[in-house]
Amino acid sequence: MVNPNVAGKKYPETDIYLVGREKIREFANAVFSTSPLNHDVFASQAAGFSDVIAPPTFPVVIQERSLSAVLNDPEADIDFSRVVHGDQRFISVRPIVAGDELTSVLTVASVKSLGAHSMVTFNTEIFDANRDLVCTAISTLVVRGEE
Amino acid sequence: MNLESLSVGQEVSSREFSFTRDALVKYAGASGDFNPIHYRDDFAKSVGLEGVLAHGMLTMGAACQVAIDWAGESGQVIDYGVRFTKPVYVPADESAKLVVSGKIGAIDLENRTVRIDLSAVCNDVAVLGKAQAVVKF
Repeated sequence: MVNPNVAGKKYPETDIYLVGREKIREFANAVFSTSPLNHDVFASQAAGFSDVIAPPTFPVVIQERSLSAVLNDPEADIDFSRVVHGDQRFISVRPIVAGDELTSVLTVASVKSLGAHSMVTFNTEIFDANRDLVCTAISTLVVRGEE
Repeated sequence: MNLESLSVGQEVSSREFSFTRDALVKYAGASGDFNPIHYRDDFAKSVGLEGVLAHGMLTMGAACQVAIDWAGESGQVIDYGVRFTKPVYVPADESAKLVVSGKIGAIDLENRTVRIDLSAVCNDVAVLGKAQAVVKF
């Protein structure tokens, strides 16, 4: 059972993640993107971006880094082997662009019990080097209870 | 995109994706999610699953390509959410077929946004719920 007292807890800002052009292309290929904006620098520049842009679900890479802090937090007491991804949302202010230097801050938005299971919702705010918000990633994990 | 010419309920696009074990390994590397339930049957079974399953985030990432393909280079997905309702099992020697289609759920002419409601089906079962991508033009 997840500790309900971690609701509202804010975790320390993650280290800077430098978004690489080839990382974007690799991620875009992995999610079957054929969009020129994910692959072709000239197409992205023609659309007004400084470099290739990342697919809408790319912020999960940053979210994953924030989440590992929670999953390793003994106070939260989350058994990762019992975790199932319940839902996920990305609200973007602007696309992530190759060259971005991103940091993130994760807050535990809520911890709910559903019978033997716990549902934990996390908000990960992702900021660029100017400290402007780029994206908010909202993730709910379902932690299955012990039988 | 001429938003005035669109109507709610209109089908915009569909696409079929083939998820193989290779695709899962590629996604694991690209995303950094190396949970062994996505590449080891013995491990997946030991935690009560039928076998190896696709990353939910792979299904989510592939599904929104339908909205992106339709939007072209003038529109960006600014809000995208899904609920993971059923696993997509991927056998070792064959692929799982994911069929995604999108239709228009809402049009906001003032803010120049269109919400695409996505359906993602594998073996006649919907694997995503409430999958909605808002495209801003």
